[in-house]
Amino acid sequence: MSLVPSSLDPAKAVYRHVIPAGEPWIHEVRGGQFFRIVDLHGNQAVDTLFYNAHDYSDRYSAQDTIRAQANLYLTTGTKLMSTNGTVLLTIVADTCGRHDTLGGACANESNMVRYAIEKRFMHACRSSFLKAVIEWDHGMTKRDIASNINFFMNVPVTPEGGLTFEDGISEPGKYVEMRADTDVLALISNCPQLNNPCNAYDPTPVEVLIWDGSAL
Amino acid sequence: MSESPILWEETVQPAASWSHVLKRGTSLRLIDVEGGANAGALFYNFECTAERYNMPDTLKAQHIARLTKGFVLYSDMGRVLCSITGDTVGWHDPIGGCSSAALVRAKYGEARYQEHRNRCYRNGHDSFLVELGKWGLGPRDLAANVNFFSRLDTAADGAITFHGGNSAAGASIELRAEMNVLAVLNTCPHPLDPSPTYDPKPVHLEIRRVAAPGPDDPCRVSRPENGRGFTLTERYFL
Repeated sequence: MSLVPSSLDPAKAVYRHVIPAGEPWIHEVRGGQFFRIVDLHGNQAVDTLFYNAHDYSDRYSAQDTIRAQANLYLTTGTKLMSTNGTVLLTIVADTCGRHDTLGGACANESNMVRYAIEKRFMHACRSSFLKAVIEWDHGMTKRDIASNINFFMNVPVTPEGGLTFEDGISEPGKYVEMRADTDVLALISNCPQLNNPCNAYDPTPVEVLIWDGSAL
Repeated sequence: MSESPILWEETVQPAASWSHVLKRGTSLRLIDVEGGANAGALFYNFECTAERYNMPDTLKAQHIARLTKGFVLYSDMGRVLCSITGDTVGWHDPIGGCSSAALVRAKYGEARYQEHRNRCYRNGHDSFLVELGKWGLGPRDLAANVNFFSRLDTAADGAITFHGGNSAAGASIELRAEMNVLAVLNTCPHPLDPSPTYDPKPVHLEIRRVAAPGPDDPCRVSRPENGRGFTLTERYFL
């Protein structure tokens, strides 16, 4: 696992925003801009989806991304692919080293299956995703909530075909940075999960930053 | 596997598509006629197609990165769409996705209908879209798919490779529908199949009526998560 830092200066970012734990965030990133997510407190799951800003039905595809690079894990060099084969973004820096795209996002219903039926009331990522796309008011619905990226999460697959949820490999201040290869809509749920140790049972804020390409 | 009488059967030709609403209480057996088949599949709750097969929920609820007997296919609503009640293969791929027109052209070149008639090269992505279109569904409904009969190997660094020879002639897998499930299939080759020639295989299908899962059903008791998944599925029909 190689760690690749970025030379971009946060003071020169054109946009900075701290997403509190449990909140969604939706924002356009234009082609050529750089987009960084900072794990401010360490091991926070950042559930993320991307859409072609000109056609939301052309969206991030976990399977196409995995297949295109013949590797399950996302890191520097990974091209984030859409269902139509568009390169949406490319990961250009990564001080964490590995990110998951198989574990998906938590939901009221999947929490009922995974933990206990009475967990339905607990806040979950797919509710945040839905709230964000409803407020975005461009006709998006649950049909548009596809399988996502979990930045800073470590979900290894074993040779025997098992899926394991390992302790995080992220730390406070670790970040992942992407260059948008086309205009994209970014959708994040800063994960509120309290039922498993992915966040050390303590969901925390993350920061998003955007730079114009000229900042490089 | 169920040995009740076959209600009907048919063969999906190589690189062809198929769809059907599997009624709750029936089973679909897929048979790899020649060996080396791939059956790409998507599943929806026919009564509300916004509820659909969810790859991450299926994998994480059961801590698996492969599909075989005893596991189930979850929807995004915490319900079991289908249970895997029989399998002679041992590994079906939930991760590799489907091929696209660009991928097939780059790997195999072009074979148009004009020259090749029904042996033209088809791809998984377009085949899914056409079959979904017949049910009023479209690109927004294209979710992560299953690839029955195919297998990927994963290295410690996450690198994936196609596992050749996974499925022999006559191999089969049986799905029991736990809801009224729109199943959409195609037999296009797996996108990571390294074969230099475009060589899709047929898959034979058999539909049977089967008993409802009892309290000791192997899929229900294989994990505590699945017990809750069956409870939520049964509540849907109350």
